[in-house]
Amino acid sequence: MEALKKLFGGSLRQFGMLFVLVALAIFFHLMTGGLVITPTNLMNLINGNSYVLVLAIGMVMVIVIGHIDLAVGSVAAFVGIVVAIAMRDWGIPWWAGVLLGLAIGALCGAWQGFWVAYMGIPGFIVTLAGYMFFRGANQFIGKSLTVPVPKDFQYLGAGYLPEWGPNTGMNNSTLLLGLITIAVLVWMQLRNRRALIKVNAEVPPFWVTIVRIALLAVVVGWLTWMFGSGRPGTSFPVPGLILAALVILYTFVTQRTVTGRHIYAVGGNRLAAELSGVNTRRTYFLVMLNMSVLAAFAGIMFVGRSTASGPFDGVGWELDAIAAVFIGGAAVSGGVGTVIGSIIGGLVMAVLNNGLQLMSAGSDVTQMIKGLVLLAAVALDVWQKRQGKASITGMFARNKEAATTTPAEAGLLEEQAGANPTEMR
Amino acid sequence: MANESDLILEMRDISKEFPGVKALDGVSLRVHRGEIHAICGENGAGKSTLMKVLSGVHPHGTYTGEIFYNGHLATFNNIRSSEHAGIVIIHQELALIPELSITENIFLGNEVRGRFGVDWVAARQRARELMERVGLQDDPDTQIKSIGVGKQQLVEIAKAISKDVKLLILDEPTAALNETDSAHLLDLIREFKSHGMTCIMISHKLNEIAAIADSITIIRDGRSVETIDVPPGERVDEDRIIRGMVGRELTSRYPEHTSHAGEVMFEVKDWTIRHPEVTERLVCKGSNFFLRRGEIVGFAGLMGAGRTELARSLFGRSYGTYVKGQIFLDGKEISPKTVEQAIELGLAYVTEDRKVLGLNLLDDIRTTVVSAELHQISPNGVVDRNAEFMAAEKYRKELRIKTPNVNEGVVKLSGGNQQKVVVAKWLFTEPEVLILDEPTRGIDVGAKYEMYGIMNALADQGKAIMMISSELPELLGTCDRIYTVSQGAITGCLDVAEATQEDLMRLMTLIPNTTKSAA
Repeated sequence: MEALKKLFGGSLRQFGMLFVLVALAIFFHLMTGGLVITPTNLMNLINGNSYVLVLAIGMVMVIVIGHIDLAVGSVAAFVGIVVAIAMRDWGIPWWAGVLLGLAIGALCGAWQGFWVAYMGIPGFIVTLAGYMFFRGANQFIGKSLTVPVPKDFQYLGAGYLPEWGPNTGMNNSTLLLGLITIAVLVWMQLRNRRALIKVNAEVPPFWVTIVRIALLAVVVGWLTWMFGSGRPGTSFPVPGLILAALVILYTFVTQRTVTGRHIYAVGGNRLAAELSGVNTRRTYFLVMLNMSVLAAFAGIMFVGRSTASGPFDGVGWELDAIAAVFIGGAAVSGGVGTVIGSIIGGLVMAVLNNGLQLMSAGSDVTQMIKGLVLLAAVALDVWQKRQGKASITGMFARNKEAATTTPAEAGLLEEQAGANPTEMR
Repeated sequence: MANESDLILEMRDISKEFPGVKALDGVSLRVHRGEIHAICGENGAGKSTLMKVLSGVHPHGTYTGEIFYNGHLATFNNIRSSEHAGIVIIHQELALIPELSITENIFLGNEVRGRFGVDWVAARQRARELMERVGLQDDPDTQIKSIGVGKQQLVEIAKAISKDVKLLILDEPTAALNETDSAHLLDLIREFKSHGMTCIMISHKLNEIAAIADSITIIRDGRSVETIDVPPGERVDEDRIIRGMVGRELTSRYPEHTSHAGEVMFEVKDWTIRHPEVTERLVCKGSNFFLRRGEIVGFAGLMGAGRTELARSLFGRSYGTYVKGQIFLDGKEISPKTVEQAIELGLAYVTEDRKVLGLNLLDDIRTTVVSAELHQISPNGVVDRNAEFMAAEKYRKELRIKTPNVNEGVVKLSGGNQQKVVVAKWLFTEPEVLILDEPTRGIDVGAKYEMYGIMNALADQGKAIMMISSELPELLGTCDRIYTVSQGAITGCLDVAEATQEDLMRLMTLIPNTTKSAA
């Protein structure tokens, strides 16, 4: 137990939701007689959910600053129809379509961000208006019709990596990707360790690093094999690749950059942030703008997958994204939440959906179960906080390597002890 | 008075444990009927926990030990049950609802029922009676948010006595009050005593305790150290209390400091600021003042005199609307229009109320320390986490922040250590001029002493320090010069060598004549 603790850098609880995810997958795998953890199903899972996960990346930032964005589904649909029509009527190439889509997303985001940041209107109201407006705009421009998109555009939403090179029995692109990932992870672990040594911080024993590396390699290797060994012509899906790139990019932005710090600072205590020289309006503006750009991304990926843009694309996405963020440990009051956590939250929902479907449960039952899971996840988090322990929220703590839970000197804990635990948030 | 047989409350050997920490370790408390019993102790000594045990916030069974109330064993399970028995606690943070009226707040949760719902006519009538008893003359329909903190505190007390209270517990009742309001409150407590009410009062203000308490129980590190009975008509020695609280002799409450004030470094001329909402109101009326290099300059004034407003408007115009005025730093005019610019120019403002304005309580120490000057350690906008760690470590050692490591969340620190983190955050910006707004409010005697030491060290490094404080002895004990502020104008400037509390008080209450404000 002690060893496990060291391995995960802190308490095992931090990884709670990840365990839930794995357990769910295994549970459904067993219940369906081995239908869940197969190459084809995993690819479906990724393809069918990557757009909601992309939304969750943006949504967690919106929720961290203490707002909410209800317009993402409508913005995605609006972007989708504009791009589809532009490609059909003007004959622009697929990459120009993508750029156009992102630009339109940025415009939508700037519009919403302006009202939130500079006019001080709550995001809930602004995006509720956007929810109606952009849905209407989609149907106005598309005349409520479905507009197909060209073949190479579909690659973004449902494509696979190319086959090449010697016959390894696997998709070589996926294999290469997996190997590179492992190499990068090893390099990062070692670099992290060196950095800790350099500043004389507490360094975990060397075997911990080794075991960590081994574990990561096994997990990535297994995933590589799963995705690489599917039907010929399939691989790790393109939407998954886009998602992974975005997750890495945004994890970096939120955890390691000044902008990211400002987002958490504004969400945690706006007044204190303001008096520390943080431009709170600009932060609000950027986060709202960014959300719509990611919504545009999601819209483009979805249109690619469904081969056409229609008047009811993106209905209910905002709620799926919000649910993913809260299952992933964000706080309604703002200031707390991580990209990785939200992705895991989204995957929990996705696996539930998928597993129940494979067990041939109807959408009625699925909805009910999803509702209960959302409530349970948040309730568990609240309950744990009330116990005065680290919450699931801290699960992917912003400084994982540092989360050593040394019992503080008794004298230091006075406020914690003295305070009513429910007020501790 | 000390009639052994007439104990209203006896707490025997109370222990209370939280996960990982023993907050109370065999505390005993004996309170006689009709006395004012003060509880003293450093922050974190366990005073508030003890009161929570008494009032049922920590229900019977979650602690060990026994509580006898009026001679009977008390087993309170929640606040309602203790209130039912006549024990009412008024917390440090006022529990009033700003949008509701005085009447509605007084009877919140205890509404006067009529035949149909609440009988507002009767409620208002009763509210008026209660308000008269606490000396409030406002209209009972006034909204809480439109009356000052002093009056809000009185509303809390009116609310308490509406519940037929036998034992009134006041947790830091005067922490947010100015001298006049505090004096009024203490008079009120004395008057209640003459009507036979018993009071337990927790306070950091030792002069108030000395003035009012009949007996004093000192708690240190979760244990009751001693109980001092004050003979009627006498005053307890404040140093005696301090000795008990810190467990050692504190030779002086203010560290020795020789001033090395140099040339004028920071100067403000004709500074005039309008209220952000009420445009016809000026919160700063042509203020002129200066700080010398290496000088600690105090700003004394009553609550609402405009000291914080002055400081914040100087600090990147983060308060009010600028009308006119100039700021000079080292003889050159500067005009910081945003907080970012102010920081860039070398100003730092340590806010009052660190939990609301100073800290993001979700953050840990290391991220807080660097948060006001992130760019310094972030080449290309990417935070260098090693540089961050080293900066935090440096200040942890320099300011002696008591924590296992700098990855600890700031919420876990005691008040004094939180304040040190806030100071560290501003020192990290390498300021030339440091504005400290109530830097020692709500922190204990030992931490205060350390804070003064830090201020002295900074002054000796050649920084100019502007210190806003509502405690006159503190200003007199630490500053080189003191400006007095009244109703938005600077009404005087005294050298600390020749200033007395009386002088300051006179200037602080002066109705300013704006045409010739003193410099």
